[in-house]
Amino acid sequence: MFVYIVRRLMQTIPVVIGVTILVFSMMHLVPGNPAQIIAGESASPTQVAQMEERLGLNDPLPVQYFSYVGNAVTGDLGNSIRSGNAVTDEIFSRLPVTIELALYSTFLSIFIGLIAGVISATKRYTFTDAAIMIVALFGLSMPNFWLGLMLVQYFSLPPLQWFPVTGWGTPQHIVLPVLTLGTAGAAIIARMTRSSMLDVINQDYIRTARAKGVKERIIIYKHALRNALIPVVTVVGLQFGVLLGGTVIIEQVFAINGLGRLVIEAISARDFPVVQGSVLVIALMFVLVNLLVDLSYRFLNKRIELD
Amino acid sequence: MSDKQNTIIDVNELQTSFFVDGKEVKAVDGVTFDVPSGKTLGIVGESGSGKSITSLSIMRLINNPGKIKGGEINFNGENLLDKSEAQMRKIRGNQISMIFQEPMTSLNPVFTVADQIGEAVMIHQKLSKKKAREKSLEMLKLVGIPSPEKRLDNYPHELSGGMRQRVMIAIALACRPELLIADEPTTALDVTIQAQILRLIRNLQEELGMSVILITHDLGVVAETCDYVAVMYAGKIVEYADVNTLFRDPKHPYTVGLLKSLPRHDIDMEGDLSTIKGMVPTPDNMPKGCRFAPRCPFARDMCRENLPHLEDEGDGNQVRCWIHTDQWDGPEVNVKDDYESAASKQS
Ligand SMILES: Nc1ncnc2c1ncn2[C@@H]1O[C@H](COP(=O)(O)OP(=O)(O)OP(=O)(O)O)[C@@H](O)[C@H]1O
Ligand SMILES: [Mg+2]
Repeated sequence: MFVYIVRRLMQTIPVVIGVTILVFSMMHLVPGNPAQIIAGESASPTQVAQMEERLGLNDPLPVQYFSYVGNAVTGDLGNSIRSGNAVTDEIFSRLPVTIELALYSTFLSIFIGLIAGVISATKRYTFTDAAIMIVALFGLSMPNFWLGLMLVQYFSLPPLQWFPVTGWGTPQHIVLPVLTLGTAGAAIIARMTRSSMLDVINQDYIRTARAKGVKERIIIYKHALRNALIPVVTVVGLQFGVLLGGTVIIEQVFAINGLGRLVIEAISARDFPVVQGSVLVIALMFVLVNLLVDLSYRFLNKRIELD
Repeated sequence: MSDKQNTIIDVNELQTSFFVDGKEVKAVDGVTFDVPSGKTLGIVGESGSGKSITSLSIMRLINNPGKIKGGEINFNGENLLDKSEAQMRKIRGNQISMIFQEPMTSLNPVFTVADQIGEAVMIHQKLSKKKAREKSLEMLKLVGIPSPEKRLDNYPHELSGGMRQRVMIAIALACRPELLIADEPTTALDVTIQAQILRLIRNLQEELGMSVILITHDLGVVAETCDYVAVMYAGKIVEYADVNTLFRDPKHPYTVGLLKSLPRHDIDMEGDLSTIKGMVPTPDNMPKGCRFAPRCPFARDMCRENLPHLEDEGDGNQVRCWIHTDQWDGPEVNVKDDYESAASKQS
């Protein structure tokens, strides 16, 4: 296992390098001169030249890249053009909200998805199964922003007004955004759990358990689910990773001040360092989540040989 | 049939069918046999003859699209087909246990050996987890697994095929069942391991005084292990006899054909590896009369037209063949002696 962890860690290195190169290139690929933007519309050519010098934009690209990465490693992602604050501070003040949002949504998807998937599988080819799978298909096909707006329409506006329209902080605030974000994941997990359970239920070892006199309920939730969960873990992990970067629109719909909203604000203000920094952080989190998913998959699936 | 009081299980006219694409496949079609207490019954027959479905029917483990349609399975005098699912659960793994054809896939990959053996005793004898673990260790010793303490916490993928089958036997025997059904327990294993596993089952049977149904397609195994034999063909029993009679004086042409194709010298037949001509009939192409008639060297019109019954031969042995009835309208035949010459004339 240890060897595997080390090897898997090594594999992330090229990915991380690739991510930093892409993020670094963003600055140079977007139209417009960053120095001009930072110095302001009305800046004179001399001021722009000074800004270019200060930003190191005249150095050869590799030199610029290494100084960017060097700074990033020490936690310095530059300063926001808008506020002048350190980019890392800006990101870390917004990150917890997004992580919270992604975590709750993932928990909700797991909870609903597993229950629905198991019920569907144990009642396969019945009305219940068909109903669950149709609902799941809807859940999967509804665009997030539309679902969010619909939920607001019915539950936040009069006559019901059960939940606040926007904001973050109290449990009431959490319900609708989490429901919006968790729906698609729940649908994916339900479908995955169903097919995985159906596969497992026909395995010889389930027949062995029946031959031992094990109760059907225990066969489903202990013998079968434990095995069926192994492929589901991957889906859950990927779902969480997607949510970390995918809350952008929902944060906008519900006016939640998370990382996604920071990115949008920064883009419209052409705040390059903040955009760069946010994208880098999101990408790194995604790499990390993938790593954890792989490791837990290996841990769960003891059948896979760990050479 | 042998004395009812000494019979652990008595299967009577068992019928199990599968319903696929609106058609009925009669996998087991009126199977009748019994197992005297403390004895081993071998069930032999070619692939697809319904051996596994018979044993799964006894366990009442037939799932959709299969269904037990009729008959009786009297175990200790009570018909298992009348039992509720909850009552069956108390019997499975406790009074009747089963080991399967596929040791590689019959153990749950995510649980340890100790968990899987202990589960049966925790369910049926309500033992604590700690006591169940002790029991698992005892069972591993019983089935002869080397360094059993270490194996307790192994997962199935850490064990060889032979060891897995030993673990399966340990699971099956943990509650000291009265009847063990072993469905081709050695087919998937190396020849040397096969002999070990069979010896183990035989020794444990004597030690624990249980009855065994041993399913196999190998008559050699039957000769070494069984007291009684039921020969199955296309969902029906064609001959039932004690092992000595069966090998000395086989009555059904199919049994004789099987024996002829057996390369052995220590039994009454000179094996020349001649195989039975033709193929096992498929369910959608079942012969109208005797199911073996299309392949039988003695078959006459009456065989092709009418299905013979399983008739008692007086000594507790039974055969399903017109030759051994009064109605037989052909010349006198001695199935065993005349088989080869008749078979050579077969087209
Ligand atoms: N799930 C199923 N669906 C449809 N038909 C089935 C099913 N299982 C078994 N059968 C039918 O039952 C017949 C008997 O099967 P069974 O498994 O009992 O054979 P067997 O004697 O154990 O053969 P083998 O020596 O290959 O194990 C098969 O020929 C097949 O037609
Ligand atoms: Mg079989």
